[in-house]
Amino acid sequence: MSKSDTFSWFHFSSPQTFYPLAGTLQPWFAALAFLLCAVGLYIGFFVAPTDAQQGESYRIIFIHVPAAWMSMFLYLVMGFWSGIGLVLNTRLSSMMATALAPTGALFTFIALWTGALWGKPTWGTWWVWDARLTSELILLFLYIGFMALQAAIDDQRRADKAGAVLALVGVINIPIIYFSVQWWSTLHQGASVNMKSAPTMATTMLVGMLIMALGFWMYGIAATLARVRCVILERERHTDWVAAEIGRQT
Amino acid sequence: MLEARQLECTRGDRRLFSQLSFRLSRGQLLRVAGANGSGKTSLLRIMCGLLAPSAGELRWQGRPIRAEREEYSRNLAFVGHLNALKDDLTALENLQFAAALGGMPADAGRMLAGLDRFGVAHCAELPVKVLSQGQRRRAALARLALSPAVPLWILDEPFSALDVGAVVELERLLAAHLASGGMVVLTTHQEVQVVAHAVLRIDLDLHTAALLAA
Amino acid sequence: MIRALGWVLRRDLLLAFRRRGDVVNALVFFVIVVSLFPLGVGPEASQLRNMAPGVLWVAALLACMLSLARLFAPDHQDGTLEQMLLAGEPLVVLVMGKVIAHWLMSGLPLVLIAPLLGLQFDLPGDALVVLCVSLLIGTPVLSLIGAVGAALTLGLRGSGVLVALLVLPLFVPVLIFGAGSVGATAAGTGAEAHLLLLGGFLALALVLAPWASAAALRIAME
Repeated sequence: MSKSDTFSWFHFSSPQTFYPLAGTLQPWFAALAFLLCAVGLYIGFFVAPTDAQQGESYRIIFIHVPAAWMSMFLYLVMGFWSGIGLVLNTRLSSMMATALAPTGALFTFIALWTGALWGKPTWGTWWVWDARLTSELILLFLYIGFMALQAAIDDQRRADKAGAVLALVGVINIPIIYFSVQWWSTLHQGASVNMKSAPTMATTMLVGMLIMALGFWMYGIAATLARVRCVILERERHTDWVAAEIGRQT
Repeated sequence: MLEARQLECTRGDRRLFSQLSFRLSRGQLLRVAGANGSGKTSLLRIMCGLLAPSAGELRWQGRPIRAEREEYSRNLAFVGHLNALKDDLTALENLQFAAALGGMPADAGRMLAGLDRFGVAHCAELPVKVLSQGQRRRAALARLALSPAVPLWILDEPFSALDVGAVVELERLLAAHLASGGMVVLTTHQEVQVVAHAVLRIDLDLHTAALLAA
Repeated sequence: MIRALGWVLRRDLLLAFRRRGDVVNALVFFVIVVSLFPLGVGPEASQLRNMAPGVLWVAALLACMLSLARLFAPDHQDGTLEQMLLAGEPLVVLVMGKVIAHWLMSGLPLVLIAPLLGLQFDLPGDALVVLCVSLLIGTPVLSLIGAVGAALTLGLRGSGVLVALLVLPLFVPVLIFGAGSVGATAAGTGAEAHLLLLGGFLALALVLAPWASAAALRIAME
């Protein structure tokens, strides 16, 4: 077998080779995201039945729940890349973690915002200290902390490593925080409303939500790839290949 | 023996030096020269294992220093820009703590002898915050007088803030250390006379210039 | 190794003794924050009794967080931290010594003064005991987690605010179960489960946090 036949993932672990790959893949993921979200929203807004108790306002969960799923999932992915970057000392992994954070924070924010929009017509208040919303809020703080720490450090290598340690500490803590908040909310039943009063799921709803989640996932990948390309260009700006790349584009 | 292989150091966007190789054996003095900002301190910090080089590696007795960090640290005494003295502790207490960290006995008699060597024994019971710059530097260097058995001394500008008497004393101490088979790495702006059978010299300006020319 | 830990502990306690003011200031901060709440929400006894566990615990979190600035930063400034990284001892052990010293100077005083403040809020006797026990188990966790944050933000501009941003969300579980244990006692449901969980957090933090702090310190010193 000749050398060129052996496909190696490590081939793409260098920023220089990953940059064009990310550029090729990014539009496809973006298109998939658009398509899936369009289908998901159509199912959510037009196909799924109206809820007997909550009427039309429940339909926000087609955005709220997938966004909440993605916000937690992306933190795990961020922790994964951080861990790889710390152990294997690969620059691209750290860049991925950096590129993921804003998208994760965005989904967290969307989950909180839509939670508030859902709360107003359903319970008559913009905010309830429900376990899931509270966990999302703390998750948002964790994302902000990660981004603030990286922004505060001038030295790129230190920023990567310090961010990675923080992300890993966060990954260990998230289940503990989630569990603590669950416990806390069951203890204080004074606020009788919680997200469990969501209607029981019909199959069409589940399908709609899953499609939306897939769409958000694809959006997450597309946005991260676009961002990681910017990060690569910025950090490698003194290398010859970036100079050539910029020369080619202008 | 300390061996550097193809060291490279970048800080931020700037490459300070690259492809730097040398070998330091027992009884040898290495003087690192270069203009301000040429990477002298970074090189010394790399040699201590505080800073990871962006390429290349350092080996102590044939083994990479980052693999056996504690073991390497026990063979190393470092005096940096900062004196590593606590303002609120006395010179004696500072020295005792330093000795304890290095795994050495911390009895007051030995400490006082070390301070006496640099002429600051009379300040032993004073908190460091009332000492002058020169006295603080002497108290920091007294650590070396306690560490004759530690083979590798790495000193960043050890002669700064010292008066003539202390410079002579330090030169004598370094010469004795080298004569007994120790190794010394130092940066300095002053010309110093240290008696050593071999003096190596790395000029980071010339090194970079040579690389650019090549 | 134990000897090195002892030396670090001894040195930090000696330093704190020479700068007693810092320890006292953090304690006064705790007392003031707690005393502000009745002024903010009114002196109604039953309401204050309900709020007391949360107020005391949040104030303890803030007091502990403020004192984190003194954990590594002074050693970083005068170069002794560099020497600790170059000591022939594992950094984890030295970090552990510093964290223990930090707790003895910032956590333990809170444990001792908290019952007095609890009386201001008219907490019953058994709740006061649980308050002390929960602080005794919980504040070491704060010091341990806080050390990671302090190490990560070492030497950065605006590190004081940044450390709050990083560390306070991670304090949430301790807050929930610390305040929860006192509240549960006051409500008569028993606090064993809360305290056991706090103990679990302490064990986990003891195992993981010193490693994370040591790694963060090495990163910060590069």
